[in-house]
Amino acid sequence: MALQTEPRLSDPDALYEALMAAHRDLDEATSRRLDARLVLLLANHIGDMTVLREAIALAAARKGDKP
Amino acid sequence: MTSTYQNPRYEFQLPAALHAAGPEGQRVVIAGGGVVGLTMALELAWRGIASVVLDEDDTVSTGSRAICWAKRTLEIYGRLGLGKRFLEKGVTWSRGRVFFQDREAYGFDLLPELGHEYPAFVNLQQYYAEEWLVQACAASGLVDMRWKTRVAGVESRADGALLRLSTPAGDYRMQAEWLLACDGARSTLREALALPFLGQVFRDRFLIADVVMHADFPAERWFWFNPPFHPGQSVLLHKQPDNVWRIDFQLGWDADPEAEKAPEKVTARVKAMLEGATGRPAPEFSLEWVSVYTFRCRRLEKFRHGRILFAGDSAHQVSPFGARGGNGGVQDVDNLGWKLAAVLRGAAPESLLDSYDTERIPATDENILNSTRATDFITPKNQAARAYRDAVLELAEAHAFARPLVNSGRLSRPAILGDSTLATPSTPAALPLGAPAPDAPVMHAGQADWLLRHISADGGFCLLCFGDPPTSLPVGITSVVVRDSEQPATLWDHAGLAAQRYDARPGDCLLLRPDQHLAARWHMPSTAEIAAAHRRALGY
Repeated sequence: MALQTEPRLSDPDALYEALMAAHRDLDEATSRRLDARLVLLLANHIGDMTVLREAIALAAARKGDKP
Repeated sequence: MTSTYQNPRYEFQLPAALHAAGPEGQRVVIAGGGVVGLTMALELAWRGIASVVLDEDDTVSTGSRAICWAKRTLEIYGRLGLGKRFLEKGVTWSRGRVFFQDREAYGFDLLPELGHEYPAFVNLQQYYAEEWLVQACAASGLVDMRWKTRVAGVESRADGALLRLSTPAGDYRMQAEWLLACDGARSTLREALALPFLGQVFRDRFLIADVVMHADFPAERWFWFNPPFHPGQSVLLHKQPDNVWRIDFQLGWDADPEAEKAPEKVTARVKAMLEGATGRPAPEFSLEWVSVYTFRCRRLEKFRHGRILFAGDSAHQVSPFGARGGNGGVQDVDNLGWKLAAVLRGAAPESLLDSYDTERIPATDENILNSTRATDFITPKNQAARAYRDAVLELAEAHAFARPLVNSGRLSRPAILGDSTLATPSTPAALPLGAPAPDAPVMHAGQADWLLRHISADGGFCLLCFGDPPTSLPVGITSVVVRDSEQPATLWDHAGLAAQRYDARPGDCLLLRPDQHLAARWHMPSTAEIAAAHRRALGY
């Protein structure tokens, strides 16, 4: 697997807080667009379709599905 | 109905076979006298093959319908002698601009490089194209037009097809050795033969309003997503000749098609659009043609059914975003014409026609894929799809990376017949096997000229040689020699663009089929190698 899923964040709480802060006070539709912009920006940053496909598949798999 | 164009009326001729005992025998019969059927007839006539064209009406297209003619189509019409008329009458464009809400998101150029005879696109009403095709068919002396002749029944046979034809003077029968079904999206022949036509229906409706006005919009394709003058939907603006403008409004699935066609309702929409887009009072305009449509993306499983071959909308349908319907149909004709002519002349086995399926079905799937993706972008299917679509448009204005994600239609490009069995495996090069020959400026006998005009100009195979040609060529192949200096009886690649676009070095030779697609390439090939590739390209 090319997608890295081992812990890589130096400050996980700070990331979580930044995401929550970005969404604070946004309605449902605006929040959705924010997430979409974020995904698109990060996808372009990663730039590797193999990694992105693996990430999409992993995110789409439900709990209990085999990887 | 239209104020800028008067439909010609073609006379019904009493068929000689009307009261004959047996069916009229014909070698090639084309069902459908629309763009694809007429182009098919002209293509065959250009190759010396006579045909009969059956059309249930007595005129050309009612309304402007297909308006965007792509570069490859123009090159094909150039070969058939109509290219100049398209350029002179049509509106040349290559630039598209995309707007989101009240701002421009980005612009793109479909043919940013110079050195091609034909532009990326020419806009022209379908009726002009059909009228010119009818004239050219008549001038060829090889096309027998049967107006007011409806196919009422068909029987597929091993040696062709037996048709029952219905005319104002009565019915008669026709036995066709070859039947080309170019009878459009609602193909009678497809239905009579009970061939499944499967694919996806899109739950959306669109309104075409062609208006006549004096406006100063540039000759560009303008596309708005969710503009203030048409909230929540998209709008497309295109320029046509005769001061006619195509405005295409997305309406949504719940719109009432009949109510939307009411002139006062259309007029109000157009007025709001013109004022919203310019910030000025709308100019005087009149409605030329109004149509409400839905669309599907679907195709036949196979286009060849023995001696019956389907081409154009009868074989496949796409959404209009991308201009892949009519242009795809003209490419069908380009692919089928030389093959059928070769089979009829006895120069190729009948099995060559199977390659029409193996080449045009992947090309069709490419058109359907592009058309489906564009439709999914233009008509988001759920809230998440809408969020992503709007996110792309929001990012596009400031960030270059998001612009290629904007999809207001991926405009028609010719298919590269990559997996064709007719091609001979060759050393990989920047111009892949199966690609259509690119154009380039050349000098010929001291005059500025275009390379494509010389490739397969006699309707046969062409060996394009960069530098000295082989000492002898197999029968049926004509050489075109390109050199980097001016020499008699050769083309001078004065700008170096031919060598660049064909990725060719001195001594390279490329075998091009009669439809100008690349069949093989070598460095200094032997006559035997060329002959083998030629036979393979003919289906042996």
